[in-house]
Amino acid sequence: MRPLRIVSILLFLVIWEIAALLVALPQLFPTPVAVIIALKDLLIAPGPSETVWAGELMGNTIISLWRVLVGFLIAAISGVFLGIIIGQWQKARDLLEPVIEIMRPIPPLAWIPLAILWFGLGFKPAVFLIWLGAFFPILLNTVLGMESTPKNFVEVAKTLGADSWQLLTKVSLPSATPSIMAGLRIGIGIGWMCLVAAELTGSNSGLGFMIMYYYSTMEAAKTVAGMLMIGIVGYIMFIGLKKLEDKLLFWRTVA
Amino acid sequence: MSTAKLLIENVSKSFYDRKRSREVEVLRNFTLEVSASEFVCMVGPSGCGKTTLLKIVAGLETASNGAAYIDDKKVTGPGPERGLVFQDFALFPWRNVKDNVIFGPEVLKAPLKERLGTAGKYIKLVGLSGNEHKYPGELSGGMKQRVAIARALANEPEVLLMDEPFGSLDAQTRFLMQNELLHIWNQDRKAIVFVTHNVEEAVYLAERVIIMTACPGSIKQVVNIGLTYPRHIADHGFITLREKITASIVEEVKII
Repeated sequence: MRPLRIVSILLFLVIWEIAALLVALPQLFPTPVAVIIALKDLLIAPGPSETVWAGELMGNTIISLWRVLVGFLIAAISGVFLGIIIGQWQKARDLLEPVIEIMRPIPPLAWIPLAILWFGLGFKPAVFLIWLGAFFPILLNTVLGMESTPKNFVEVAKTLGADSWQLLTKVSLPSATPSIMAGLRIGIGIGWMCLVAAELTGSNSGLGFMIMYYYSTMEAAKTVAGMLMIGIVGYIMFIGLKKLEDKLLFWRTVA
Repeated sequence: MSTAKLLIENVSKSFYDRKRSREVEVLRNFTLEVSASEFVCMVGPSGCGKTTLLKIVAGLETASNGAAYIDDKKVTGPGPERGLVFQDFALFPWRNVKDNVIFGPEVLKAPLKERLGTAGKYIKLVGLSGNEHKYPGELSGGMKQRVAIARALANEPEVLLMDEPFGSLDAQTRFLMQNELLHIWNQDRKAIVFVTHNVEEAVYLAERVIIMTACPGSIKQVVNIGLTYPRHIADHGFITLREKITASIVEEVKII
């Protein structure tokens, strides 16, 4: 790692510490040290009922991760599948696109009331909101990738004898993979944000719930500790997907 | 009927041009016979429908009038007996050299063993042995074009259609590739229809050079190149033919 990057983090912590000490309201604006202590406390404290064994911090993280994983997988499958269909058949496009274009600008957060009405609290509404958030970027990027398959690839494959199924699986789909992967990466980021939002209101477990809970008990250090965890987990997921992408798409960078 | 391998009979093609919102005729009554092992080059002003003609023969576009025939069988779509090589190679970047070459046999569901044999044979023929596992991103322009040629040959087509295949190569690589192609043609003796706007290239390669008129393209003149292979671009006979063909094309360009 380049040294300046470590300086960046250290500098941020120092400024934060000084600012917190100057403000001198530890209940509202905790110092980094207080946050680290809170992290340690949260690691030890018993977790939500189904994950008592993992401790409060890790237990809630596991619950949140599980929700985001399920929601994201459903979004990935449905988004890529519909994206292929829309990208491939004009009729499917005409049939689906108008509805999608109207649904797309509605922020997933605007669905929270309905999600709670339909699904109650906890796992289901969270998964629903994650799906909503992740679905559209995945869908749109898949369509874009399918559309931008170079005409030459298709023509050359046709002259070599490919039928329409082979054109799809052996040409359009691999050609669209970079775009699909970008969609998945954006999708998981938005899905993670939607998850936290869903847990703030529609849940009694998960990282989102945890930070809201410690807001109500006026323990800002624990709220910040939860926020920090959300940031770290989101970053790890992003890096993981990026690594997968580089592995799958190594042919883009070989030279 | 004719005895030609490839017969292009009375082909005309019009497009609807959206920008100018009118029909544009790019080909008019184009007729040409190519025999089984013949090397034919087509030259002409740009936009005279050379590429369109190749695509009609390849079965990627349909003629507005007339048709192409292979062994008296009308062309109705793409088919493995006709191979097409593009100027920009159109290699699949996610497939390595071997897997690019194998694409045709693969989609035609040839047995795996046969596929690998075919791939090996044509990779060797184009001089790329040892590069089977490289990806297109790792190859130079000349190597890419070799892969594209090997890929087209791997289906063992009877007619090889080449659309300015060496147009984007530097002069030296181009010269190498021209000799390589003649070498391949000597071994494989396929019919080759080769589109170029480089007159010297046409005279260097072809047994017959077809000069096309400006848009709408039709045959202006057919020049038989009687020179023996290997040809030398500085020979008197070569230069005479080159100048004659160039003059004929310039005439067409001036008309526009």
